[in-house]
Amino acid sequence: MYVATKGGEKAIAAAHRQMAEERRGDPKIPALTIAQIREQLSLCVDRCMTEGSLYDRDLAALAIKQSQGDLIEAIFLLRAYRTTLPRFGYSRPIDTGSMAIVRRVSATFKDIPGGQILGPTFDYTHRLLDFKLAAETEGPRTVADRAETPVEQSVPHVLGLLDQEGLIQKEKTENKPAPDLRIGRIDFDHEKTAERPEAFNEDTPPDLTREPLEFPASRALRLQALARGDEGFLLGLAYSTQRGYARNHAFVGELRIGAVAVEFDMPELGITIELGEVTVTECETVTQFQGSKSQPPQFTRGYGLSFGQTERKALSMALVERALRWSELDEDFVGAAAQDEEFVLAHVDNIQATGFLEHIKLPHYVDFQSELELVRRMRREIAEDSAGRDLSETAE
Amino acid sequence: MSAVDDPTDLTLGSEGSDASVAEAKGDEQIADLSSDAGDDRIDETIDGYNFAYLDENTKRMIRRAILKAVAIPGYQTPFASREMPMPYGWGTGGVQVTAACLTPGDTLKVIDQGADDTTNAVSIRQFFEKTARVDTTTRTEDATVIQTRHRIPEKALTEDQIIVYQVPIPEPLRYLEPRETETRKMHALEEYGLMHVKLYEDISRHGHIATTYAYPVMVEDRYVTDPSPIPKFDNPKLSNSPALQLFGAGREQRIYAIPPYTKVKSLDFEDYPFDPGQWPQACALCGAEDSYLDEIITDDAGGRMFVCSDTDFCSRRRAEQDAAATSEEGEQ
Amino acid sequence: MSQEVILRVEELTKLYGARVGCRNVSFELCGAEVLAVVGESGSGKSTLLNCLSGQLPPSGGSLSYRGANGHWRDVLALSEPERRLLSRTEWAFVHQDPRDGLRMTVSAGGNVGERMMAVGARHYGTIRSTAADWLRQVEIPQDRLDDRPTAFSGGMRQRLQIARALATNPRLVFMDEPTGGLDVSVQARLLDLIRTLVNQFELSVILVTHDLAVARLLAHRMMVMKDGHVVESGLTDQVLDDPQHPYSQLLVSSILQT
Repeated sequence: MYVATKGGEKAIAAAHRQMAEERRGDPKIPALTIAQIREQLSLCVDRCMTEGSLYDRDLAALAIKQSQGDLIEAIFLLRAYRTTLPRFGYSRPIDTGSMAIVRRVSATFKDIPGGQILGPTFDYTHRLLDFKLAAETEGPRTVADRAETPVEQSVPHVLGLLDQEGLIQKEKTENKPAPDLRIGRIDFDHEKTAERPEAFNEDTPPDLTREPLEFPASRALRLQALARGDEGFLLGLAYSTQRGYARNHAFVGELRIGAVAVEFDMPELGITIELGEVTVTECETVTQFQGSKSQPPQFTRGYGLSFGQTERKALSMALVERALRWSELDEDFVGAAAQDEEFVLAHVDNIQATGFLEHIKLPHYVDFQSELELVRRMRREIAEDSAGRDLSETAE
Repeated sequence: MSAVDDPTDLTLGSEGSDASVAEAKGDEQIADLSSDAGDDRIDETIDGYNFAYLDENTKRMIRRAILKAVAIPGYQTPFASREMPMPYGWGTGGVQVTAACLTPGDTLKVIDQGADDTTNAVSIRQFFEKTARVDTTTRTEDATVIQTRHRIPEKALTEDQIIVYQVPIPEPLRYLEPRETETRKMHALEEYGLMHVKLYEDISRHGHIATTYAYPVMVEDRYVTDPSPIPKFDNPKLSNSPALQLFGAGREQRIYAIPPYTKVKSLDFEDYPFDPGQWPQACALCGAEDSYLDEIITDDAGGRMFVCSDTDFCSRRRAEQDAAATSEEGEQ
Repeated sequence: MSQEVILRVEELTKLYGARVGCRNVSFELCGAEVLAVVGESGSGKSTLLNCLSGQLPPSGGSLSYRGANGHWRDVLALSEPERRLLSRTEWAFVHQDPRDGLRMTVSAGGNVGERMMAVGARHYGTIRSTAADWLRQVEIPQDRLDDRPTAFSGGMRQRLQIARALATNPRLVFMDEPTGGLDVSVQARLLDLIRTLVNQFELSVILVTHDLAVARLLAHRMMVMKDGHVVESGLTDQVLDDPQHPYSQLLVSSILQT
């Protein structure tokens, strides 16, 4: 006698216990500490903070530990935690011009005010496995030579220097999506969630985490989505633009990494207070723009910003961001994936992507049963059909 | 398990004792959806989390979307879907809608594929047991809120019930037209010719409409709507149902609704009317002839049997049959 | 040809920034009249066609259409739903490239049927037999009804596009180089078919072409465009046999030489 399977509850509990055991690994090996991850796997931590959109090194390290180093899983833990945090308000825009710089390079000028600072980077390392690191005991401590005088208080952006000459395209500040030029555009109502402070006006950037993403999206919204987006997906898209799919030859005008202050206006007290510092990577690319009837040739900006030291992410973001601006700049849409706003924004979020992808592991007995019945029926019909034909042919 | 080992423990760990606090708000709040976020009393259920996980502001936002969805049957209302502690695609839309509807006095039933005991149903039910401490049940008629994936219970729903569907892709036109900007326009202008082209192509190729689940419907003669991936067998239950039917798509940030007693028509042609299909066999366990059946492979020699996918329906029919048999024996 | 005007165009202008797409174009079109707009590429004839058919908002001028119900309507003031309804009922558009006007992954029957279904047809048998009838009209064998246009030749695709366009019995058809890109022999057969259909269904047509032979064969009247302006217009035979404007003369003579 068949008995329907029971025990989903028990199976889940058992799976959780097994996971915990696997995560810990061999108990003879000391357990990782959050501090070790925070200090020694800092680039993992930075990526998780960026895509988790939560700046907290300890929580990111915890998430990495808990997820056994599966970074998308770790990002997911951070996001799920972040979403429950109350929103006190919105900080002032950070001023990357007054960043405490640890690394700053420009590929467009040999010498720039404020100087080039190579800083910590894999760029010129030889990728040879360092077996010294495999030794369990710690060697002598490395002490780095740092720039003698900390870089000046305020270091101008390279693109700002070009801008003085009017060589950089003037960017619009409005946050409304580009107007639809077709006749009789329908204005869909936008479902605002009314969580925005009243002091906000139309030019205040929308908040992707508090309002549904709708298309066409404003540039501010696009940048938010890209900043939270999957590094691998953006890397692939950015790479595709370099290989000719919406080619925009980008120069790294400037890449800078360092700490910036986060400030918060307290209107009740009439003061601005500093909440703390965050380390960010900022990348500005410049791309030549051919000009149009109404505008002389000039350079245009692609912008990338991410938490921590996440250069690959910031660079990729800048290239993709630039490719998405084709409509605003009157460039041709050549059908490349990186130009397609709906394609990019709808698929860039790895938490959405991985959830939907992995949900196909869930039971689909019911829909599969429907398909099974249909396929059987259609095969039966075809078989009956050809049997009928055979008969009639025999009769002839 | 230590707190760190279990993601749910990390966030929902300690035992609170505030069912009474949560009770205090419950009904009035539902009744007064439009009120401002005035009372910011922290109604914690479990260690830092609000009743039913979401904070009141978020629930209020979702309720506004639900109200709009109810007001425009079949229209996909955008809402600012939150990240939930379970993956997108695993019912986050349904969970958010359920969270926004639940009051402490509710009784919740969660099914997946018709069954109360499938892993994801168990997981979601546990989530609400932990975060909302509502009563749960497997008995369809005892539930006030039913969250479902891929099925509608066999037992007819009532006016006192809300059924919440988990929706993966809310847009019925999505596989015909990938662009959201374009599909929104098609809905706005009621341009549904393309939908019928798909059905036409099915008939010309196969002799019948070859869609078996997520079979598109027309709601109240206005919006073509995706009923979520329920089998078309369940489509007739959508129409004129006394229960409020809510659909939540978390990843796609959409909520839509079929209010009670709303006309829902499965798309078809006059000369190829919609056919929900039927089974040549009865349930091998309870003998039901009018329920949706799962095919079970019983051995590796191709042996198989068909049993009800609605486990509550099937097990209770069998219990009744057993009881009847026992009482007959007793009488003899 | 009926003498009743169904389309009135006044001072229609389309500017792209400082560049002129077309400027101050005015004309009237009567019921069952075929008007050819000729000119070389860049002359503004395609811009004009796109403005007339509502696919491009003009920068100035007016455009009125007298519907089947006899009422005049300001086309430029139509809402999007009204405009879309018009363009799938009383109007139709035939693209130069059939791929722009057909759904390449939908069967021929589905392609023709879509317009009927878009305006509410819900009887499969009727849709199918009407589609089959249209295939016959455009000389496509009946046994290709369930084939996709990807399996069709260029000429057959274009005939299918015409069948699709005409399936809801439009009154006004816009055609953009309908024979462009086809072999000469295929062109001749298609032109013959278009002429037959236009006469049979008393269609009003605005036809854009760079090919004067096409204009001569199909059009009652023609307009010659250069640099966004109409430089000459009149009865087709009159313009072709006795061109007045130097540019028209150049066009006509270049045809005669080849």
